[in-house]
Amino acid sequence: MNTRKVEITVGLFAAGAIAAFFMLAMSVSNMSSYNDDKGYVVSADFDNIGGLKVRSRVSASGVVVGRVTDIEYNSNSYEAVVKMKIDSKYNKFPTDTAASVLTSGLLGEQYIGLDPGAEDQYLKQGDTIELTQSAIVLEQIIGQFLYGKSSDDKKTK
Amino acid sequence: MFALLQKLGHFIITFFQRLGRGHVFLLQVFASCGSLLVRPGLLVKQMYSVGVQTLIIVVVAGLFVGMVLALQSYYALVDFGAEDSVGVMVALSLVRELGPVVTALLFAGRAGSALTAEIGLMKATEQLSGMEMMAVNPLQRVIAPRFLAGVISMPMLGIIFCAVGIIGAYFVAVILLGLDYGSFWSQAQAKVDLYHDIYNGILKSFVFGVIASWIAVFEGYDCIPTSEGLGQATTRTVVHSSLAVLFLDFVLTAIMFSK
Repeated sequence: MNTRKVEITVGLFAAGAIAAFFMLAMSVSNMSSYNDDKGYVVSADFDNIGGLKVRSRVSASGVVVGRVTDIEYNSNSYEAVVKMKIDSKYNKFPTDTAASVLTSGLLGEQYIGLDPGAEDQYLKQGDTIELTQSAIVLEQIIGQFLYGKSSDDKKTK
Repeated sequence: MFALLQKLGHFIITFFQRLGRGHVFLLQVFASCGSLLVRPGLLVKQMYSVGVQTLIIVVVAGLFVGMVLALQSYYALVDFGAEDSVGVMVALSLVRELGPVVTALLFAGRAGSALTAEIGLMKATEQLSGMEMMAVNPLQRVIAPRFLAGVISMPMLGIIFCAVGIIGAYFVAVILLGLDYGSFWSQAQAKVDLYHDIYNGILKSFVFGVIASWIAVFEGYDCIPTSEGLGQATTRTVVHSSLAVLFLDFVLTAIMFSK
């Protein structure tokens, strides 16, 4: 095999690898949803975040408007501090917007739902969402239900 | 009693001598890689025999691994109504684990053994000594291009394996099993992260490339120059690089994806 053919096939090999990388990056991974770091970070304090993770989605009316960027535990207020980056094109969330940790489906992953309020001021970089609702922990609800059930039974006796 | 102890001692000493020779050899190879900048033609030629000729088996294996993965995860997930997750499952397992590992195993079998046999035969027929006689450094002329070609080719083969596997999974899931093609891709896009998953997968491939190529060229360079020694060296290349790849995969996974 002459040098020219060898070089052409090696070139094709490299081109194939680059094409495969772009295919993986564009259509398999989430690169298309990275919109070049434009956005603003707001934080919210929750009593309990359940199974929320970094990179969980933040949605309003079911539309993904941002991602959770950081989760920390504040040992002074005993609350979880969740920082989320919201896309800069959704910059009109009122300051009294409520954030709640929701679950998609019965056993699905957890995400943050934003419920816009009615204030005239909008949330900016570094603001804190005051109105929060913690994750619903299924075991606690079942426990409460069973407990309530047994005390009902005692009363009727 | 003493004979047994002596055997054990001999085994340990030869093991560490070999390990030491291997590491010194690796440093020498790194040092000689610079000379390839002057003669890139040598590298291209080796990339052909190491990379391009391994491509066929990698593509075919990738296609079938992806198809089988899609089929089996479909059967497992359809009971829970979660068959839309076939795309994520195939993409994540290919990009994170199977892509780098299976490519490295195939590489060790196809290219690594060929490298060892080639270099070993060069040694047995005294071509390497002949080069030294002519003041040509065999490390620069023979070993470094082969080593570097393996290191460069492995990540490329790994990416191609993953991409072909996902196309195979798409074929089975969407065209044969009738899943929705939109949810196949969108679920994968929602879960697979470019940096966390794909870049780490490529990094894994790169590490495996260094290990597999290193073992292959070292076994060839260090073999006993007889037909029997050559056979043993080729076998050792395949066995050692496969074991090293599987062990390192565990270590790398524990480091990269433990969070």
